[in-house]
Amino acid sequence: VERAAVQRRLTWQLGTVAELIEETARTKSIALEIPDWRGHRAGQHVDVRLTAEDGYQAQRSYSIASAPEDERLVLTVERLADGEVSPYLTETLLVGDELELRGPIGGYFVWEDQLGGPLLLLAGGSGVVPFRSMLRHHEASGSEVPARLLYSARTLGDVIYRDELTLLGTSDGIEVRVTLTREQPEAWEGYAGRIDRAMLEEVAWTPGDGPLVYVCGPTGFVEAAAGALVELGHVPGRIRTERFGASGA
Amino acid sequence: MTVLDGNAIAGPLHEVFGTEMTTAVGSCAGCGATAPVAEAAVYIRGPGIVGRCRRCDTVLMVLVTIRGRTCVDLRGLAALEPASSEGG
Repeated sequence: VERAAVQRRLTWQLGTVAELIEETARTKSIALEIPDWRGHRAGQHVDVRLTAEDGYQAQRSYSIASAPEDERLVLTVERLADGEVSPYLTETLLVGDELELRGPIGGYFVWEDQLGGPLLLLAGGSGVVPFRSMLRHHEASGSEVPARLLYSARTLGDVIYRDELTLLGTSDGIEVRVTLTREQPEAWEGYAGRIDRAMLEEVAWTPGDGPLVYVCGPTGFVEAAAGALVELGHVPGRIRTERFGASGA
Repeated sequence: MTVLDGNAIAGPLHEVFGTEMTTAVGSCAGCGATAPVAEAAVYIRGPGIVGRCRRCDTVLMVLVTIRGRTCVDLRGLAALEPASSEGG
């Protein structure tokens, strides 16, 4: 009922940057104070719009990294070398600056306790961002749904939210596993290489357990991971996907 | 060009339809497949936004914005039903 009441027009709002957190060499989290923010569901996005002095505008969609229960809205942005928006957000933006955004947006790639599980989250690169929101929400809401995150990153240095994910992985009901595709440190105890059928057979429960699966990452990652799950017998209707491009998203 | 999905255009769709549309279920006029808008194959790097059926590649929707006015072509959709749980 409450949700029905918030189905209204999307309007652009101004947020003020309250904090900037360097997550990795290429990603930064932006914590925003937004007056009259109407709340969000874990997994939703916002659109961010930049306007140049000559009036030129560029707009991109970013997943929300914070849980609905968190005090501030947090976006985590990966800097793309040929990006129009992400270099500004990760290199130029300062605490106290204003940022124009609208949201929350989307209702498909969303998880909350009543959707149940077991909950399987497969992340490629910065595809982990909406899962931080979901896992923080899982924790804050005291959900008893078993949850597993399998996160694929190139190197240990590319793992976003590394300390927080390690901590979340010690919570009851949450398991976090990381695979490093390009380079593994000595004595690395996680997985190595891209997510494949063998890895998913270990992590993804069985098709009989009927996990609710969310896959988020670059298009190639999503196609490969979702395809492997279907080959293993998981029901396509229980797999929700979200793709972002190598540039832009 | 990179293929994205309907999640990537949740904002523009919300703007056009006045409500959340990625959970709406579309039926392809080409092959009859039904899927949430979020699962459509979406191309956003052209002059407009194009959404295609993941099964048969039929163009389901085209959104083009020129001088602040958005033109929407949905001729590839036989039906578009808002998700009942989201409609309130």
